[in-house]
Parts: sequence; structure tokens; C-alpha cells
Amino acid sequence: MAEQGYNFAYLDEQTKRMIRRAILKAVAIPGYQVPFGSREMPLPFGWGTGGIQVTASIIGRDDTLKVIDQGADDTVNAVSIRKFFARTAGVETTERTEDATILQTRHRIPETRLGAGQILVYQVPIPEPLRWLEPREAETRKMHALEEYGVMHVRLYEDIARFGHIATSYDYPVRVNGRYLMRPSPIPKFDNPKMDRSPALQLFGAGREKRIYAIPPHTGVRSLDFDDHPFEVQKWEDVCALCGSGDSFLDEIVTDDRGGRMFVCSDTDYCGRRREAGHAGPTSRNGEADGA
Amino acid sequence: MYVAVKGGEKAIEASHRLLDEARRGDPSVPEVSTRQIAEQLGLAVDRVMSEGSLYDRELAALAIKQAQGDLIEAVFLLRAYRTTLPRLGNSEPVDTAQMAIRRRISATFKDIPGGQILGPTYDYTHRLLDFRLAGEGGDGSDGFAPGEQADPPAEEPVPRVVDLLGREGLMEEDCGPAAGEEPPTDITREPLRFPAGRDARLQTLARGDEGFLLALGYSTQRGFSNNHPFAGEIRYGSVAVEIVPEELGFAIEIGEIEVTEVEMVNQFRGSAEAPPQFTRGYGLVFGHQERKAMSMALVDRALRAAELDEASVSPAQDEEFVLYHSDNVEASGFVQHLKLPHYVDFQSELELLRKLRAEFEDPPAEAAE
Repeated sequence: MAEQGYNFAYLDEQTKRMIRRAILKAVAIPGYQVPFGSREMPLPFGWGTGGIQVTASIIGRDDTLKVIDQGADDTVNAVSIRKFFARTAGVETTERTEDATILQTRHRIPETRLGAGQILVYQVPIPEPLRWLEPREAETRKMHALEEYGVMHVRLYEDIARFGHIATSYDYPVRVNGRYLMRPSPIPKFDNPKMDRSPALQLFGAGREKRIYAIPPHTGVRSLDFDDHPFEVQKWEDVCALCGSGDSFLDEIVTDDRGGRMFVCSDTDYCGRRREAGHAGPTSRNGEADGA
Repeated sequence: MYVAVKGGEKAIEASHRLLDEARRGDPSVPEVSTRQIAEQLGLAVDRVMSEGSLYDRELAALAIKQAQGDLIEAVFLLRAYRTTLPRLGNSEPVDTAQMAIRRRISATFKDIPGGQILGPTYDYTHRLLDFRLAGEGGDGSDGFAPGEQADPPAEEPVPRVVDLLGREGLMEEDCGPAAGEEPPTDITREPLRFPAGRDARLQTLARGDEGFLLALGYSTQRGFSNNHPFAGEIRYGSVAVEIVPEELGFAIEIGEIEVTEVEMVNQFRGSAEAPPQFTRGYGLVFGHQERKAMSMALVDRALRAAELDEASVSPAQDEEFVLYHSDNVEASGFVQHLKLPHYVDFQSELELLRKLRAEFEDPPAEAAE
């Protein structure tokens, strides 16, 4: 049951309508940051208020919500946001990626491929991809309008000149639909290819910065690179210690103070379901890695 | 064998219980009431109402109690409540010239029509701890005897000092909106855009963090853009709030609020279009908060650099810098979000750093895969 005394999903209907208008504009201009009248939420700015406002504006009684942080359903902030919607909207929640109609995420895209009809809502701290190169909003808006993205290429080139390759590992800049330069939020670049032509709708909410942007389904998303330095994602020498997966994003767990460490899937739903299906990693009971 | 961290939900509940305990403190000490806070910690209430952008003493007192006296947390509580309130209408502009004055001083003229009214102020107290206040209270040991009250607030409207200068043409015209102009923006409904108008600027400063504005205002006095300010007038008292209900068509008073208003008088050497004259910096905040209102007025004036064709070289003159970073609810949230897990980004950085280190230690020709 939803909490008494507050509107369904907390925000009043006027506000939801305003946010939905911003979302529609964002969908119409893929990758363009639409300013919106972000509200104070009962959770702090920087903790997912943009994503929460987007979710609150699109969620209906029949929706099933999944919330992840760092790929995991059980991190405290994911728990806190899921509880917020369970309380204020009374909607069903799930940890199973394919059962969710709306997935709110911080810092990851689930390993399980999303399908048509699903909506992925990203929590975005800093929406402006050019922000570290130009701190002024008045300037960066102009740069977007003029499609002046040379500075970003220069930055990537400087990385190559200095290190031999591009030294950005997360929040890796992309071009959406061949037009707007976009910040995918601090997901690892490992996840960038999942955004390209995804059948799911992807919405990005930055509450403190008061911006919403979107990638409509089946829209091209290209990670910036050079012909002689093509974009590539992280690879691990290890497999997941629990489920043996060799193609998921792995978190490193420090197991003791003598340099001991192990690697496990950051996506807890994916990892758990693989184990249920009988997959096992090197440290599991049978001690045999199978994945990959 | 590693077990993934589970039980976030239980941990949160336990944390909330500990917080309740910490808030209550020693249960043998009587609980403080929100009325006591509203009455006896009035200046804290004023600050929370101002930066929370909601004039409600009782709710602000409740927020202070709930936040254990952490005023920025209390501001956040009040703001989060404020967003749920329906917008019933807009008030008429408050006329501070009609203020029922409790305190009013000018540093520019020795005597002014209406007089200098010192009112309640810490300004001329000696900052000596008053141990009479250290008692448990209620026994009269604090030395306060009701009935010793000074004169009641002046009821006669008192003209504003800067308007006196205006009559001589030495002060720039009041730059308020003229009839038929766009209604002022509302920063609680519309995102800030740059360049921001003075309406958006003053609203942002009015709810801005007192400490941040104090430091910025101070910086303008120490040479990071000097506007040679004089405190033209500082007034504190209550003003009527009026609305015009559509069905009536005339203004009715719906209540009174206490405000502090500051008009700074600043030098201006003139430009090609404008003769040399005094310019204004304006501050207005809820309750009695002279430090905040003065800082606001200094920063407002500093931010008029572009409009007045002055060189913009200092942090206090940088509109995006000041307006984007003055909100303590936003700032506090974002600074503290660093407490949230960043395993994934950190893992990505770790991988990258290991790769860079390996390449640093090995010959580069071999390091290139």
C-alpha cells in the first residue's frame, strides 16, 4: 500500500506533467540536455534525485520497479530508493532484470540485455560531458549548439600521446544519433556498447543540475575514438569467483590484508541467477570455474 | 569464502534507531519542545526559514529539533516539505517602507528622518559568557524580568534612506520591474539560466548559504573586487503580506512576516552612458539576520559587474560560480554523496592505473598491446 498523505509516487501531478514534458523533449532530441524545474526530494541531491524524479513521473500502478546501485540490488542506497517507491507508490519491486518495466540505476547497466518496453533510468551526477573542459554552462550550451566538440577529441588525443591509449575508464563520452555529445553517467566504459541501439528507452535524470536527457530505443550511440585507436572495453584475466562468468563486469574484493583478493560480478542479479542455474566459480563448492 | 554484503535494509533500520537515540540524548534530561526552540533559539529558526525558503516558525523549529540542531540538515528537511505544498497564489510585492520597525540604522547619515533605532542587537554587547544563563532555567536566575521591555516598535512608516539620496539624483533608479514587464522568475520552479536576471540572482542569494555568502562578501572587502560599500540602511521589523484574490480584485492582508532588509550604497565612477552616481546592492531575508542580509547585498552588487560595465575578475563577480554554488542543500548533498559506493568507477580506475603502471615499468614498445 502506498503511504497516506502523499500523492502517488510523491510528486504532485503538475510537477510530474512538467517532468514528462521535459522527457518528451529529451526523447525528441536524443542526447540533448533539457533543463527542467527540478524539485527538492526527501533524499539528498547527489543521491539519485534526478533518477527518482524521472521514475516518479513515469511510474504507474502496474509497473514493476528494479533499483540497482553499482549493479547490486542490495546496496544501501538502492534499498533506500526502492523502499521510497514501495512506500509512496506501492508498486511491485523486483530484483530480476527481465521482470522490471522500469529499472533505476546508478553506475551500471545490467548484464542481462534489456528488451523493448523496458525503461532504464540513470541517476546522473554531472550531465555535461564538456564540464571538465569548460566549467561555464553558458559556454558549453553554445558549444553543443555549434556542435563544437573538438576539445573533447583533443583531450582524448592528449591521452594517447601521453599514455599510448585513452585513459578514461568510466563516464566515457559518446555521440548520440550522430549529433549530441553525451555523458553516459559514471557507468564503466564496459557498459557503453549496451547503450547502442538498445530496444529499451534510456532516460537520464540529473536533479541537482536540473537536466534530463534521453536515448530513444534503437538509437545509435557511439563511444568516441580514433580510426587507429578504436574504442575498447575493460577485460579481466579472472572470472567471477562465485559464478564463473568471464564476460561480466567484475568488482574486486579485498579478502585480507596480505594482498589477497578475488573478483565477483558487480551485477548481483545476473550472478545469483547464474549460480542458481548451476554455474560455479573457482571459490565455489566444487572449486571448478566454468564460465566464458 | 566471501559472502556478498547483504542486509542493507536491516542496517538502515538499525541506523535510524541509533539516530533517534542520539537525538534524544540522556532521557533523564527533559525533552526540548519545538515551542522552546521557536521562542528561545529564534535566530536559528530565522536562518532555517530563510535558507529553507519557507516562512513557518513552527515547522522550522521542528526541523531544528529533528536535525539535532544541524541547521543545514534542518534547511533540507524544510525544503523537502516545501516542495510538496500546492502553489495557491502569489503575494503582492512587500512594501518595506511600510515596515513596523524594530531596528533600523544607517551608517551613511548621522541623523535620518525616523531616527536611528538600535533595537535588539548583539553589536554592542561585550562577548563575555553570561553565567547567569547557565542555570536550569525557570528559577529566575537568568536575571530576565518581563516588563522591562523597551519601547514597542514604531508604528509610523519610516522612509528608506536610499530613497532620500534618490531624490537628489545621486542614487541610481530603483531597478525593480516596471509595469507590464515580465513577472519575476521563480527559481523553485524554473532552472537557473545564464546570464541570470537580477530576480533569479536575488532569489538564489536569499536562500543561499549564509557562510558561503559571508565569505564571498568578505572577499569583496579585501580587494577581490572592491565596491566601496556603505551600509545605507539596515532595517528589521515586520511587514504585511498581501494577496489579490481573483474573485475580489483588491489586495487583502493575509499575515505579517519579519524581514531584514539591507541597502548598500556603493561607488560607481560612471560609464559612457551613465553619470557617476551611487549604485545599490540589495539584501532581504526572513527574520533577523543582518550578517546574511549584508553579505547578500555585497554579493548582489559584485554580481552587477557586467551590467555596470566593470571588469569582472573576482570570484564574487562570477555569476555561475556564485549562483551555482550558494545552495547548501545542493552542495551538502553532492559533497556527501561521496559516501555512496563507487566500487564500479573505482574498479575501472584501478584497472587503468595498473595498466598504466605496467606500461611505465615495461618498455613502451612492448607495453602497447
